[in-house]
Amino acid sequence: MGLLSKKDAALITDPLADNNPITIQVLGICSALAITAELKASIVMAVSVLFVLGLGNVVISLMRNIIPSKIRIIVQLIVVATLVIIVDLVLKAFAYELSKTLSVFVGLIITNCIIMGRFEAFALGNGPWKSFLDGVGNSLGYGVILIAVGFFRELLGSGTLLGFKVLGDPIEKTGLYAIGYENNGFMLLSPMALIVVGIIIWIQRSRNTALIEEN
Amino acid sequence: MEHIELFFKSIFIDNMVFATFLGMCSYLAVSKKVATAVGLGAAVIFVLAVTVPLNWLLDQYILQEGALSWLGEEYAAYDLSFLSFIMFIATIATMVQLVEIIVEKFSPSLYNSLGIFLPLIAVNCAILGGSLFMQSREIPSLGLALTYGIGSGIGWFLAILAIAAIREKIRYSSVPPALRGLGITFIITGLMAIGFMSFGGMLTGGDEEQKETPKVEVTIENKKEEKQDAKEIIADNTKTNNQ
Repeated sequence: MGLLSKKDAALITDPLADNNPITIQVLGICSALAITAELKASIVMAVSVLFVLGLGNVVISLMRNIIPSKIRIIVQLIVVATLVIIVDLVLKAFAYELSKTLSVFVGLIITNCIIMGRFEAFALGNGPWKSFLDGVGNSLGYGVILIAVGFFRELLGSGTLLGFKVLGDPIEKTGLYAIGYENNGFMLLSPMALIVVGIIIWIQRSRNTALIEEN
Repeated sequence: MEHIELFFKSIFIDNMVFATFLGMCSYLAVSKKVATAVGLGAAVIFVLAVTVPLNWLLDQYILQEGALSWLGEEYAAYDLSFLSFIMFIATIATMVQLVEIIVEKFSPSLYNSLGIFLPLIAVNCAILGGSLFMQSREIPSLGLALTYGIGSGIGWFLAILAIAAIREKIRYSSVPPALRGLGITFIITGLMAIGFMSFGGMLTGGDEEQKETPKVEVTIENKKEEKQDAKEIIADNTKTNNQ
């Protein structure tokens, strides 16, 4: 037996595919769409959510027996808000440009439904270690979609990945641009994020027909 | 005039759902029927109209740099803006609870139609997003903050009403099985967002925002420089005094 028992491992792997927070549970869409025009911003957002959700799940799970159920929402909000302030200050200190691009969306991690959803559904009823794994699993599932959307939007929209010109130079006409390829600037606009996520859902559900919804 | 401009701008051009994707979770979850969508939409307008002006006051008189100067000179240097997330969300959670109690007391019929949605709203990104955008766009007065709150609430209401109506219709069409439900909703929302982009030219032109942002940055830089200058002057002064 390895580091994780089978059940624990499932906590991490399930949200990556068949129980993905974005495409199946429909949680945390807001931030997933708004900041995915660049791959770098998507990665930073995924890491921030990993930090907040992993740690927040542990904190809530440790406090689960002393939180009165009537005010639990406010307690949860305060815990998330504190963690998000830490993330925000760290970003402002070490990646100021990036924190400008992310603007209010770092703050909106507070109301990211993934976080409240996992607190309510998991951390309030399970021990800290399991909650930690659940938090990591779900934020990885969130991150995978975010990075996939960011990858396609940046690649097709501006022909770069993490700022590197992977398709050649559009002005000097090298690489793909030499044979007449053009960047699709429309991919950088916000509506395309929705359509890219829609297509990801389409692909996932046609591969796994058990996930198809009734009308 | 600026009220009308901001009002229409926040409904159509900066529409919460289509331009900034705020409140998508409840937008997708509660848009299966028009009746429930109207209930949630009305609750969002209501709560935004209350919380945005309230958070504006909080921002102006407590959180901003130098905002505490009304307490006395010695407080003028404090900058509490790092606390804004926690203060805003606490205000929102409290207000939602308060609104729920008041509505239950004075208008049971409204409570019955809004009731289930009010607690949901505390964690709706649109509400916190409204306050955060109000802060980052530096809305200058309380009246404009109220206009912005109501306007963006109505924008959200329109969006959820439209998608709910479309989803009720689409039940009778033959959507590819794998796209049913969530997938097609995403794609329709994307198409609607493309449609809403055409409102961009409604006011003085679409490039207005690009002009605004550098301006703000410049003022910040200037402030910093002034501060540094002041510090240098103080340093010089102390030097001369020492000499």
